[in-house]
Amino acid sequence: MTPRRFLATLGPGVLWLMAFLVVPALIMLGYSFLTRTDLAQVGSPWTLESWGRVIGYDALFQEWTGDNLRVLWRSVWVAGLSTLLCVLLGYPLAFYIARQDARRRQLLLLLLIIPFWTNFLIRVYAWIILLRPFDLVPSLTATLLGMVYAFLPFFVLPVYASVEKVNWSLAEAAQDLGAPPARAFWSAVVPQTWPGLVAGILLTFIPALGTFVVSDLLGGAKTALVGNLVQNQFGQAGDWPYGSALSFLLMGLVLLGLWAYARVAGRRGLEELV
Amino acid sequence: MTRTHPLLAAWAWLVYAFLYLPILVLIVFSFNESRFGAEWTGFTTKWYGVLLDRADVRAALGHTLQVALLSTLVSTVLGTLTGLGLWRYTSRARAALSTLLVLPIVIPDVVMGVMLLMFYAAVRAGLERAGWTFDNGFWTVLLAHVTFQISYVALTVRSRLSGYGPELEEAARDLGASAWQSFWRVVLPLAWPGVLAGALLAFTLSLDDFVVTYFTSGSGFQTLPVLIYTNVKRGVTPDINALSTLLILVTVVAVLVANALLRPRRKG
Repeated sequence: MTPRRFLATLGPGVLWLMAFLVVPALIMLGYSFLTRTDLAQVGSPWTLESWGRVIGYDALFQEWTGDNLRVLWRSVWVAGLSTLLCVLLGYPLAFYIARQDARRRQLLLLLLIIPFWTNFLIRVYAWIILLRPFDLVPSLTATLLGMVYAFLPFFVLPVYASVEKVNWSLAEAAQDLGAPPARAFWSAVVPQTWPGLVAGILLTFIPALGTFVVSDLLGGAKTALVGNLVQNQFGQAGDWPYGSALSFLLMGLVLLGLWAYARVAGRRGLEELV
Repeated sequence: MTRTHPLLAAWAWLVYAFLYLPILVLIVFSFNESRFGAEWTGFTTKWYGVLLDRADVRAALGHTLQVALLSTLVSTVLGTLTGLGLWRYTSRARAALSTLLVLPIVIPDVVMGVMLLMFYAAVRAGLERAGWTFDNGFWTVLLAHVTFQISYVALTVRSRLSGYGPELEEAARDLGASAWQSFWRVVLPLAWPGVLAGALLAFTLSLDDFVVTYFTSGSGFQTLPVLIYTNVKRGVTPDINALSTLLILVTVVAVLVANALLRPRRKG
Protein backbone atom coordinates (compact mmCIF):
# COMPACT_ATOMS: atom_id res chain seq x y z
CA MET A 1 0.00 0.00 0.00
CA THR A 2 2.08 2.77 -1.35
CA PRO A 3 1.06 6.40 -0.91
CA ARG A 4 0.66 6.59 -4.69
CA ARG A 5 -1.98 3.87 -4.74
CA PHE A 6 -3.65 5.35 -1.69
CA LEU A 7 -3.99 8.62 -3.57
CA ALA A 8 -5.18 6.86 -6.73
CA THR A 9 -8.16 5.21 -5.02
CA LEU A 10 -9.19 7.42 -2.11
CA GLY A 11 -7.72 10.68 -3.40
CA PRO A 12 -10.28 11.81 -6.00
CA GLY A 13 -13.34 11.07 -3.85
CA VAL A 14 -11.86 12.73 -0.78
CA LEU A 15 -10.82 15.78 -2.80
CA TRP A 16 -14.29 16.07 -4.29
CA LEU A 17 -16.02 15.87 -0.91
CA MET A 18 -13.56 18.37 0.55
CA ALA A 19 -14.26 20.82 -2.27
CA PHE A 20 -18.04 20.43 -2.43
CA LEU A 21 -18.93 19.52 1.15
CA VAL A 22 -16.32 20.62 3.69
CA VAL A 23 -15.45 23.95 2.04
CA PRO A 24 -19.16 24.87 1.56
CA ALA A 25 -19.79 23.98 5.23
CA LEU A 26 -16.98 26.32 6.27
CA ILE A 27 -18.34 29.07 4.02
CA MET A 28 -21.76 28.56 5.60
CA LEU A 29 -20.21 28.84 9.05
CA GLY A 30 -18.63 32.14 7.98
CA TYR A 31 -21.95 33.46 6.62
CA SER A 32 -23.70 32.69 9.90
CA PHE A 33 -21.56 35.35 11.65
CA LEU A 34 -22.11 38.04 9.01
CA THR A 35 -24.76 40.73 8.81
CA ARG A 36 -27.47 40.94 6.21
CA THR A 37 -27.00 44.18 4.30
CA ASP A 38 -29.42 44.07 1.40
CA LEU A 39 -31.62 41.35 -0.09
CA ALA A 40 -29.42 38.22 -0.09
CA GLN A 41 -26.36 40.41 0.38
CA VAL A 42 -24.06 39.99 3.33
CA GLY A 43 -21.23 42.01 4.81
CA SER A 44 -19.51 43.13 7.98
CA PRO A 45 -19.76 43.69 10.87
CA TRP A 46 -19.25 40.22 12.23
CA THR A 47 -22.01 39.48 14.72
CA LEU A 48 -23.66 36.79 16.82
CA GLU A 49 -27.13 38.10 15.95
CA SER A 50 -28.15 35.13 13.79
CA TRP A 51 -27.14 32.67 16.46
CA GLY A 52 -29.08 34.71 19.01
CA ARG A 53 -32.19 34.35 16.86
CA VAL A 54 -31.63 30.62 16.64
CA ILE A 55 -31.92 30.32 20.41
CA GLY A 56 -35.02 32.50 20.50
CA TYR A 57 -33.95 36.15 20.68
CA ASP A 58 -35.55 38.76 18.43
CA ALA A 59 -33.78 40.19 15.40
CA LEU A 60 -31.99 42.93 17.33
CA PHE A 61 -30.85 40.61 20.10
CA GLN A 62 -32.77 42.71 22.63
CA GLU A 63 -35.50 40.49 23.97
CA TRP A 64 -35.97 36.76 24.31
CA THR A 65 -39.20 35.81 22.53
CA GLY A 66 -38.71 32.07 21.98
CA ASP A 67 -40.17 32.35 18.45
CA ASN A 68 -37.64 30.10 16.85
CA LEU A 69 -37.79 27.53 19.62
CA ARG A 70 -41.51 27.15 19.00
CA VAL A 71 -40.87 26.28 15.35
CA LEU A 72 -38.14 23.91 16.46
CA TRP A 73 -40.40 22.21 18.96
CA ARG A 74 -43.14 21.87 16.32
CA SER A 75 -40.64 20.30 13.89
CA VAL A 76 -39.51 17.77 16.46
CA TRP A 77 -42.98 16.67 17.47
CA VAL A 78 -44.34 16.59 13.91
CA ALA A 79 -41.37 14.41 12.92
CA GLY A 80 -41.82 12.31 16.06
CA LEU A 81 -45.54 11.84 15.52
CA SER A 82 -45.12 10.86 11.88
CA THR A 83 -42.41 8.38 12.91
CA LEU A 84 -44.76 6.89 15.50
CA LEU A 85 -47.50 6.53 12.88
CA CYS A 86 -44.98 4.84 10.57
CA VAL A 87 -44.19 2.35 13.34
CA LEU A 88 -47.89 1.63 13.92
CA LEU A 89 -48.60 1.15 10.22
CA GLY A 90 -45.34 -0.44 9.15
CA TYR A 91 -44.28 -2.80 11.92
CA PRO A 92 -47.25 -5.19 11.54
CA LEU A 93 -46.92 -4.91 7.75
CA ALA A 94 -43.30 -6.13 7.91
CA PHE A 95 -44.48 -9.20 9.86
CA TYR A 96 -47.29 -9.87 7.43
CA ILE A 97 -44.91 -9.78 4.43
CA ALA A 98 -42.27 -11.91 6.16
CA ARG A 99 -44.78 -14.67 6.96
CA GLN A 100 -45.94 -15.20 3.36
CA ASP A 101 -44.59 -17.83 0.99
CA ALA A 102 -41.77 -16.81 -1.35
CA ARG A 103 -43.92 -15.87 -4.36
CA ARG A 104 -46.35 -13.68 -2.45
CA ARG A 105 -43.51 -12.13 -0.47
CA GLN A 106 -41.80 -11.14 -3.70
CA LEU A 107 -45.00 -9.55 -4.98
CA LEU A 108 -45.74 -7.68 -1.76
CA LEU A 109 -42.21 -6.30 -1.62
CA LEU A 110 -42.54 -5.18 -5.21
CA LEU A 111 -45.75 -3.33 -4.30
CA LEU A 112 -43.82 -1.61 -1.51
CA ILE A 113 -40.89 -0.64 -3.72
CA ILE A 114 -42.99 0.99 -6.45
CA PRO A 115 -44.12 3.95 -4.26
CA PHE A 116 -40.60 4.04 -2.78
CA TRP A 117 -39.16 4.62 -6.26
CA THR A 118 -41.85 7.01 -7.39
CA ASN A 119 -40.65 10.60 -7.44
CA PHE A 120 -40.94 12.19 -4.00
CA LEU A 121 -42.60 15.34 -5.33
CA ILE A 122 -45.24 13.35 -7.19
CA ARG A 123 -46.06 11.42 -4.03
CA VAL A 124 -46.56 14.65 -2.12
CA TYR A 125 -48.52 16.19 -4.99
CA ALA A 126 -50.83 13.17 -5.10
CA TRP A 127 -52.01 14.08 -1.60
CA ILE A 128 -53.02 17.57 -2.76
CA ILE A 129 -55.26 15.94 -5.37
CA LEU A 130 -56.67 13.49 -2.84
CA LEU A 131 -57.25 15.92 0.06
CA ARG A 132 -58.39 19.00 -1.84
CA PRO A 133 -62.07 17.96 -1.96
CA PHE A 134 -62.02 17.63 1.84
CA ASP A 135 -60.64 21.13 2.26
CA LEU A 136 -57.63 19.75 4.15
CA VAL A 137 -54.87 21.51 2.20
CA PRO A 138 -53.15 23.36 3.78
CA SER A 139 -53.30 21.87 7.26
CA LEU A 140 -51.17 20.11 9.83
CA THR A 141 -53.17 16.91 9.27
CA ALA A 142 -52.25 16.99 5.61
CA THR A 143 -48.56 17.50 6.48
CA LEU A 144 -48.64 14.52 8.84
CA LEU A 145 -50.39 12.30 6.27
CA GLY A 146 -47.93 13.39 3.59
CA MET A 147 -44.93 12.68 5.80
CA VAL A 148 -46.13 9.23 6.87
CA TYR A 149 -46.87 8.44 3.25
CA ALA A 150 -43.53 9.72 1.96
CA PHE A 151 -41.36 8.01 4.58
CA LEU A 152 -43.26 4.76 5.26
CA PRO A 153 -41.28 2.66 2.75
CA PHE A 154 -38.01 3.92 4.33
CA PHE A 155 -39.31 2.50 7.60
CA VAL A 156 -40.73 -0.80 6.39
CA LEU A 157 -37.75 -1.97 4.30
CA PRO A 158 -35.11 -2.11 7.11
CA VAL A 159 -37.70 -3.49 9.56
CA TYR A 160 -38.67 -6.19 7.09
CA ALA A 161 -34.99 -7.13 6.65
CA SER A 162 -34.70 -7.87 10.36
CA VAL A 163 -38.15 -9.51 10.72
CA GLU A 164 -37.23 -11.90 7.91
CA LYS A 165 -34.26 -13.13 9.96
CA VAL A 166 -36.30 -13.74 13.13
CA ASN A 167 -35.75 -17.16 14.67
CA TRP A 168 -39.31 -18.27 15.42
CA SER A 169 -38.24 -21.34 17.39
CA LEU A 170 -37.40 -18.96 20.23
CA ALA A 171 -41.04 -17.88 20.36
CA GLU A 172 -42.17 -21.51 20.29
CA ALA A 173 -39.76 -22.30 23.11
CA ALA A 174 -41.18 -19.42 25.16
CA GLN A 175 -44.71 -20.75 24.60
CA ASP A 176 -43.63 -24.27 25.53
CA LEU A 177 -42.37 -22.81 28.76
CA GLY A 178 -45.83 -21.40 29.43
CA ALA A 179 -45.66 -17.82 28.09
CA PRO A 180 -48.92 -16.56 26.57
CA PRO A 181 -48.56 -15.65 22.85
CA ALA A 182 -48.39 -11.90 23.48
CA ARG A 183 -45.68 -12.36 26.09
CA ALA A 184 -43.73 -14.75 23.83
CA PHE A 185 -43.91 -12.20 21.00
CA TRP A 186 -42.80 -9.33 23.20
CA SER A 187 -39.92 -11.16 24.91
CA ALA A 188 -38.68 -13.49 22.20
CA VAL A 189 -39.49 -11.82 18.87
CA VAL A 190 -39.44 -8.03 19.31
CA PRO A 191 -35.85 -7.95 20.70
CA GLN A 192 -34.67 -9.75 17.56
CA THR A 193 -36.11 -7.00 15.36
CA TRP A 194 -34.58 -4.20 17.44
CA PRO A 195 -31.74 -3.29 14.98
CA GLY A 196 -34.17 -2.97 12.06
CA LEU A 197 -36.67 -1.07 14.19
CA VAL A 198 -34.10 1.50 15.34
CA ALA A 199 -32.74 1.89 11.79
CA GLY A 200 -36.29 2.36 10.45
CA ILE A 201 -37.16 4.94 13.10
CA LEU A 202 -34.00 6.89 12.31
CA LEU A 203 -34.54 6.71 8.55
CA THR A 204 -38.02 8.15 9.09
CA PHE A 205 -37.31 10.70 11.79
CA ILE A 206 -34.25 12.34 10.18
CA PRO A 207 -35.80 13.13 6.78
CA ALA A 208 -39.04 14.13 8.51
CA LEU A 209 -37.12 16.60 10.65
CA GLY A 210 -35.33 18.14 7.69
CA THR A 211 -38.06 18.24 5.07
CA PHE A 212 -39.49 21.44 3.69
CA VAL A 213 -41.29 20.08 0.63
CA VAL A 214 -44.07 18.23 2.45
CA SER A 215 -44.88 21.06 4.86
CA ASP A 216 -44.47 23.64 2.11
CA LEU A 217 -46.99 22.01 -0.25
CA LEU A 218 -49.39 20.49 2.30
CA GLY A 219 -48.96 22.55 5.47
CA GLY A 220 -49.05 26.24 4.64
CA ALA A 221 -47.47 29.14 6.52
CA LYS A 222 -49.04 28.47 9.90
CA THR A 223 -47.42 25.07 10.24
CA ALA A 224 -43.92 26.05 9.10
CA LEU A 225 -41.11 23.74 10.22
CA VAL A 226 -37.37 24.41 10.54
CA GLY A 227 -36.88 23.29 6.93
CA ASN A 228 -39.39 25.92 5.75
CA LEU A 229 -37.68 28.55 7.86
CA VAL A 230 -34.34 27.72 6.22
CA GLN A 231 -35.84 27.76 2.73
CA ASN A 232 -37.53 31.09 3.40
CA GLN A 233 -34.23 32.73 4.41
CA PHE A 234 -32.78 31.76 1.03
CA GLY A 235 -35.95 32.74 -0.83
CA GLN A 236 -38.31 35.57 0.09
CA ALA A 237 -36.63 36.73 3.31
CA GLY A 238 -33.18 36.82 1.73
CA ASP A 239 -31.41 36.54 5.09
CA TRP A 240 -28.47 34.22 4.44
CA PRO A 241 -26.74 34.66 7.84
CA TYR A 242 -29.88 33.62 9.75
CA GLY A 243 -30.50 30.79 7.25
CA SER A 244 -26.93 29.55 7.79
CA ALA A 245 -27.27 29.50 11.57
CA LEU A 246 -30.60 27.66 11.26
CA SER A 247 -29.00 25.11 8.91
CA PHE A 248 -26.33 24.40 11.51
CA LEU A 249 -29.02 23.91 14.12
CA LEU A 250 -30.82 21.42 11.86
CA MET A 251 -27.57 19.62 11.11
CA GLY A 252 -26.76 19.52 14.82
CA LEU A 253 -30.11 17.90 15.60
CA VAL A 254 -29.56 15.24 12.94
CA LEU A 255 -26.04 14.48 14.12
CA LEU A 256 -27.36 14.25 17.68
CA GLY A 257 -29.87 11.63 16.53
CA LEU A 258 -27.13 9.67 14.77
CA TRP A 259 -24.89 9.90 17.82
CA ALA A 260 -27.69 8.48 19.95
CA TYR A 261 -28.14 5.68 17.43
CA ALA A 262 -24.41 4.94 17.43
CA ARG A 263 -24.57 4.68 21.22
CA VAL A 264 -27.32 2.07 20.91
CA ALA A 265 -26.13 0.14 17.88
CA GLY A 266 -22.38 0.70 17.90
CA ARG A 267 -20.22 1.99 15.07
CA ARG A 268 -20.82 -1.12 12.97
CA GLY A 269 -24.52 -0.43 13.22
CA LEU A 270 -23.95 3.05 11.83
CA GLU A 271 -22.03 1.65 8.88
CA GLU A 272 -24.76 -0.89 8.18
CA LEU A 273 -27.43 1.78 8.33
CA VAL A 274 -26.20 3.54 5.22
CA MET B 1 -45.47 -21.50 7.94
CA THR B 2 -47.62 -19.07 6.00
CA ARG B 3 -50.69 -18.75 8.20
CA THR B 4 -51.21 -15.24 9.49
CA HIS B 5 -53.88 -13.81 11.73
CA PRO B 6 -56.79 -12.34 9.71
CA LEU B 7 -56.46 -9.06 11.61
CA LEU B 8 -52.82 -8.80 10.55
CA ALA B 9 -53.81 -9.43 6.94
CA ALA B 10 -56.54 -6.79 7.12
CA TRP B 11 -54.05 -4.30 8.55
CA ALA B 12 -51.57 -5.05 5.77
CA TRP B 13 -54.16 -4.49 3.05
CA LEU B 14 -55.20 -1.25 4.71
CA VAL B 15 -51.59 -0.04 4.55
CA TYR B 16 -51.37 -1.04 0.89
CA ALA B 17 -54.59 0.85 0.22
CA PHE B 18 -53.03 3.88 1.92
CA LEU B 19 -49.95 3.55 -0.31
CA TYR B 20 -51.88 3.26 -3.57
CA LEU B 21 -55.00 5.39 -3.09
CA PRO B 22 -53.30 8.77 -3.74
CA ILE B 23 -51.50 7.39 -6.79
CA LEU B 24 -54.73 5.96 -8.22
CA VAL B 25 -56.65 9.20 -7.64
CA LEU B 26 -53.86 11.13 -9.38
CA ILE B 27 -53.99 8.80 -12.38
CA VAL B 28 -57.79 8.94 -12.60
CA PHE B 29 -57.80 12.74 -12.48
CA SER B 30 -55.28 12.97 -15.32
CA PHE B 31 -58.18 11.75 -17.51
CA ASN B 32 -60.68 14.24 -16.12
CA GLU B 33 -62.23 16.66 -18.57
CA SER B 34 -62.58 19.46 -16.01
CA ARG B 35 -59.85 22.09 -15.88
CA PHE B 36 -60.65 23.27 -12.34
CA GLY B 37 -61.85 21.68 -9.15
CA ALA B 38 -62.11 18.07 -8.14
CA GLU B 39 -65.37 17.22 -9.91
CA TRP B 40 -65.46 14.50 -12.52
CA THR B 41 -66.90 15.96 -15.70
CA GLY B 42 -65.97 13.29 -18.22
CA PHE B 43 -63.16 11.21 -19.68
CA THR B 44 -60.51 12.84 -21.84
CA THR B 45 -56.92 12.31 -22.92
CA LYS B 46 -56.47 15.93 -24.00
CA TRP B 47 -54.15 16.78 -21.05
CA TYR B 48 -51.59 14.38 -22.45
CA GLY B 49 -51.70 16.32 -25.69
CA VAL B 50 -51.37 19.63 -23.83
CA LEU B 51 -48.41 18.17 -21.97
CA LEU B 52 -46.58 17.02 -25.08
CA ASP B 53 -46.98 20.49 -26.60
CA ARG B 54 -45.23 22.19 -23.70
CA ALA B 55 -41.69 23.19 -24.65
CA ASP B 56 -40.68 23.71 -21.00
CA VAL B 57 -41.65 20.11 -20.18
CA ARG B 58 -39.58 18.77 -23.06
CA ALA B 59 -36.61 20.93 -22.03
CA ALA B 60 -36.92 19.83 -18.39
CA LEU B 61 -37.02 16.18 -19.44
CA GLY B 62 -33.84 16.71 -21.47
CA HIS B 63 -32.10 18.46 -18.56
CA THR B 64 -33.15 15.74 -16.11
CA LEU B 65 -31.73 12.97 -18.28
CA GLN B 66 -28.51 14.86 -19.15
CA VAL B 67 -27.76 15.58 -15.50
CA ALA B 68 -28.68 12.05 -14.39
CA LEU B 69 -26.57 10.29 -17.03
CA LEU B 70 -23.48 12.45 -16.70
CA SER B 71 -23.54 12.68 -12.90
CA THR B 72 -23.98 8.91 -12.67
CA LEU B 73 -20.97 8.38 -14.90
CA VAL B 74 -18.72 10.69 -12.86
CA SER B 75 -19.93 9.55 -9.44
CA THR B 76 -19.69 5.86 -10.37
CA VAL B 77 -16.02 6.24 -11.29
CA LEU B 78 -15.16 8.34 -8.23
CA GLY B 79 -17.37 6.33 -5.87
CA THR B 80 -16.00 2.97 -7.07
CA LEU B 81 -12.42 4.11 -6.48
CA THR B 82 -13.35 5.43 -3.04
CA GLY B 83 -15.19 2.21 -2.19
CA LEU B 84 -12.15 0.15 -3.23
CA GLY B 85 -9.91 2.35 -1.10
CA LEU B 86 -12.22 1.96 1.88
CA TRP B 87 -12.13 -1.80 1.44
CA ARG B 88 -8.39 -2.02 1.00
CA TYR B 89 -7.07 0.26 3.73
CA THR B 90 -7.89 -0.47 7.33
CA SER B 91 -6.58 2.36 9.37
CA ARG B 92 -7.62 5.34 11.35
CA ALA B 93 -7.91 7.29 8.10
CA ARG B 94 -10.68 4.88 7.16
CA ALA B 95 -12.80 5.77 10.18
CA ALA B 96 -12.49 9.49 9.42
CA LEU B 97 -13.31 8.79 5.80
CA SER B 98 -16.40 6.77 6.68
CA THR B 99 -17.69 9.78 8.59
CA LEU B 100 -17.00 12.07 5.63
CA LEU B 101 -18.87 9.67 3.34
CA VAL B 102 -21.86 9.34 5.66
CA LEU B 103 -22.32 13.13 5.82
CA PRO B 104 -23.93 13.65 2.38
CA ILE B 105 -26.39 10.86 3.22
CA VAL B 106 -27.47 12.15 6.62
CA ILE B 107 -27.33 15.92 6.15
CA PRO B 108 -30.88 17.16 5.40
CA ASP B 109 -31.08 17.94 1.69
CA VAL B 110 -32.26 21.49 2.32
CA VAL B 111 -29.02 22.13 4.26
CA MET B 112 -26.95 20.60 1.47
CA GLY B 113 -28.83 22.73 -1.07
CA VAL B 114 -28.30 26.07 0.69
CA MET B 115 -24.69 25.17 1.50
CA LEU B 116 -23.92 24.68 -2.19
CA LEU B 117 -25.92 27.80 -3.09
CA MET B 118 -23.66 29.90 -0.85
CA PHE B 119 -20.56 28.07 -2.07
CA TYR B 120 -21.39 28.86 -5.70
CA ALA B 121 -22.13 32.48 -4.76
CA ALA B 122 -18.73 32.78 -3.09
CA VAL B 123 -16.94 31.15 -6.04
CA ARG B 124 -18.82 33.44 -8.43
CA ALA B 125 -17.79 36.51 -6.45
CA GLY B 126 -14.17 35.36 -6.56
CA LEU B 127 -14.24 34.66 -10.28
CA GLU B 128 -15.90 37.97 -11.08
CA ARG B 129 -13.02 39.77 -9.44
CA ALA B 130 -10.75 37.89 -11.85
CA GLY B 131 -12.94 38.93 -14.78
CA TRP B 132 -14.77 35.59 -15.24
CA THR B 133 -18.52 35.08 -15.05
CA PHE B 134 -20.81 32.09 -14.74
CA ASP B 135 -24.47 31.45 -13.98
CA ASN B 136 -26.08 28.67 -12.03
CA GLY B 137 -27.45 26.02 -14.36
CA PHE B 138 -26.35 22.72 -15.85
CA TRP B 139 -22.85 22.66 -14.35
CA THR B 140 -23.77 23.74 -10.83
CA VAL B 141 -26.54 21.13 -10.70
CA LEU B 142 -24.29 18.43 -12.15
CA LEU B 143 -21.52 19.02 -9.58
CA ALA B 144 -24.08 19.07 -6.75
CA HIS B 145 -25.60 15.75 -7.84
CA VAL B 146 -22.18 14.07 -8.04
CA THR B 147 -21.51 15.26 -4.47
CA PHE B 148 -24.44 13.37 -2.96
CA GLN B 149 -24.07 10.35 -5.29
CA ILE B 150 -20.41 9.52 -4.50
CA SER B 151 -21.20 8.28 -0.99
CA TYR B 152 -23.95 5.92 -2.09
CA VAL B 153 -21.76 4.36 -4.80
CA ALA B 154 -18.73 4.07 -2.49
CA LEU B 155 -20.70 2.41 0.30
CA THR B 156 -22.45 0.00 -2.11
CA VAL B 157 -19.12 -1.04 -3.64
CA ARG B 158 -17.49 -1.44 -0.24
CA SER B 159 -20.29 -3.59 1.14
CA ARG B 160 -20.13 -5.78 -1.99
CA LEU B 161 -16.41 -6.39 -1.35
CA SER B 162 -16.66 -6.73 2.42
CA GLY B 163 -16.63 -10.55 2.24
CA TYR B 164 -13.25 -10.68 0.47
CA GLY B 165 -9.84 -10.07 2.02
CA PRO B 166 -6.83 -8.30 0.50
CA GLU B 167 -5.21 -11.70 -0.06
CA LEU B 168 -7.05 -12.00 -3.40
CA GLU B 169 -5.11 -9.08 -4.74
CA GLU B 170 -1.88 -10.33 -3.15
CA ALA B 171 -2.34 -13.74 -4.77
CA ALA B 172 -2.73 -12.09 -8.15
CA ARG B 173 0.45 -10.10 -7.55
CA ASP B 174 2.33 -13.26 -6.47
CA LEU B 175 1.28 -14.91 -9.71
CA GLY B 176 2.91 -12.07 -11.61
CA ALA B 177 0.07 -9.63 -12.28
CA SER B 178 0.93 -5.95 -12.31
CA ALA B 179 -0.97 -3.59 -10.00
CA TRP B 180 -3.04 -2.52 -12.99
CA GLN B 181 -3.77 -6.11 -14.08
CA SER B 182 -4.80 -7.24 -10.60
CA PHE B 183 -7.15 -4.26 -10.34
CA TRP B 184 -8.61 -4.73 -13.79
CA ARG B 185 -8.89 -8.53 -13.84
CA VAL B 186 -9.40 -9.54 -10.20
CA VAL B 187 -10.74 -6.73 -8.02
CA LEU B 188 -13.02 -4.95 -10.47
CA PRO B 189 -14.87 -8.10 -11.65
CA LEU B 190 -15.55 -8.96 -7.99
CA ALA B 191 -16.84 -5.48 -7.29
CA TRP B 192 -18.84 -5.26 -10.52
CA PRO B 193 -22.34 -6.10 -9.17
CA GLY B 194 -21.78 -3.47 -6.47
CA VAL B 195 -20.67 -0.95 -9.08
CA LEU B 196 -23.81 -1.57 -11.15
CA ALA B 197 -26.08 -1.39 -8.11
CA GLY B 198 -24.36 1.84 -7.01
CA ALA B 199 -24.73 3.36 -10.47
CA LEU B 200 -28.44 2.46 -10.54
CA LEU B 201 -28.91 4.04 -7.15
CA ALA B 202 -27.00 7.18 -8.18
CA PHE B 203 -29.11 7.51 -11.35
CA THR B 204 -32.36 7.13 -9.41
CA LEU B 205 -31.27 9.66 -6.79
CA SER B 206 -30.47 12.17 -9.51
CA LEU B 207 -33.85 11.68 -11.22
CA ASP B 208 -35.65 12.01 -7.89
CA ASP B 209 -33.80 14.99 -6.49
CA PHE B 210 -35.74 18.19 -6.12
CA VAL B 211 -34.31 20.09 -3.15
CA VAL B 212 -30.61 20.28 -4.04
CA THR B 213 -31.47 20.98 -7.69
CA TYR B 214 -33.90 23.71 -6.67
CA PHE B 215 -31.23 25.61 -4.75
CA THR B 216 -28.38 25.13 -7.23
CA SER B 217 -30.16 25.52 -10.57
CA GLY B 218 -30.78 29.24 -10.90
CA SER B 219 -33.78 30.56 -12.81
CA GLY B 220 -33.11 29.42 -16.36
CA PHE B 221 -32.52 25.71 -15.77
CA GLN B 222 -35.28 23.31 -14.72
CA THR B 223 -35.43 19.58 -14.18
CA LEU B 224 -38.76 17.71 -14.08
CA PRO B 225 -39.11 17.76 -10.25
CA VAL B 226 -38.37 21.51 -10.18
CA LEU B 227 -40.89 22.07 -12.98
CA ILE B 228 -43.54 20.08 -11.10
CA TYR B 229 -42.85 22.09 -7.94
CA THR B 230 -43.13 25.49 -9.59
CA ASN B 231 -46.33 24.43 -11.39
CA VAL B 232 -47.89 22.99 -8.24
CA LYS B 233 -47.07 26.18 -6.32
CA ARG B 234 -49.14 28.10 -8.89
CA GLY B 235 -52.08 25.74 -8.39
CA VAL B 236 -53.10 22.27 -9.49
CA THR B 237 -53.19 21.83 -13.26
CA PRO B 238 -54.44 18.75 -15.08
CA ASP B 239 -51.43 18.49 -17.39
CA ILE B 240 -49.21 18.04 -14.31
CA ASN B 241 -51.49 15.11 -13.39
CA ALA B 242 -50.75 13.71 -16.84
CA LEU B 243 -46.99 14.26 -16.43
CA SER B 244 -47.05 12.58 -13.00
CA THR B 245 -49.02 9.64 -14.39
CA LEU B 246 -46.44 9.14 -17.13
CA LEU B 247 -43.59 9.28 -14.61
CA ILE B 248 -45.35 6.75 -12.36
CA LEU B 249 -45.74 4.48 -15.38
CA VAL B 250 -41.99 4.77 -16.09
CA THR B 251 -41.27 3.90 -12.43
CA VAL B 252 -43.47 0.80 -12.51
CA VAL B 253 -41.81 -0.43 -15.69
CA ALA B 254 -38.32 0.29 -14.30
CA VAL B 255 -39.05 -1.59 -11.05
CA LEU B 256 -40.47 -4.58 -12.95
CA VAL B 257 -37.48 -4.72 -15.32
CA ALA B 258 -34.96 -4.37 -12.46
CA ASN B 259 -36.83 -7.07 -10.56
CA ALA B 260 -36.78 -9.46 -13.53
CA LEU B 261 -33.05 -8.86 -14.12
CA LEU B 262 -32.03 -9.22 -10.48
CA ARG B 263 -34.18 -12.28 -9.72
CA PRO B 264 -31.95 -15.25 -8.89
CA ARG B 265 -32.13 -18.03 -11.49
CA ARG B 266 -34.12 -21.10 -10.51
CA LYS B 267 -32.08 -24.22 -9.92
CA GLY B 268 -32.26 -27.24 -12.25
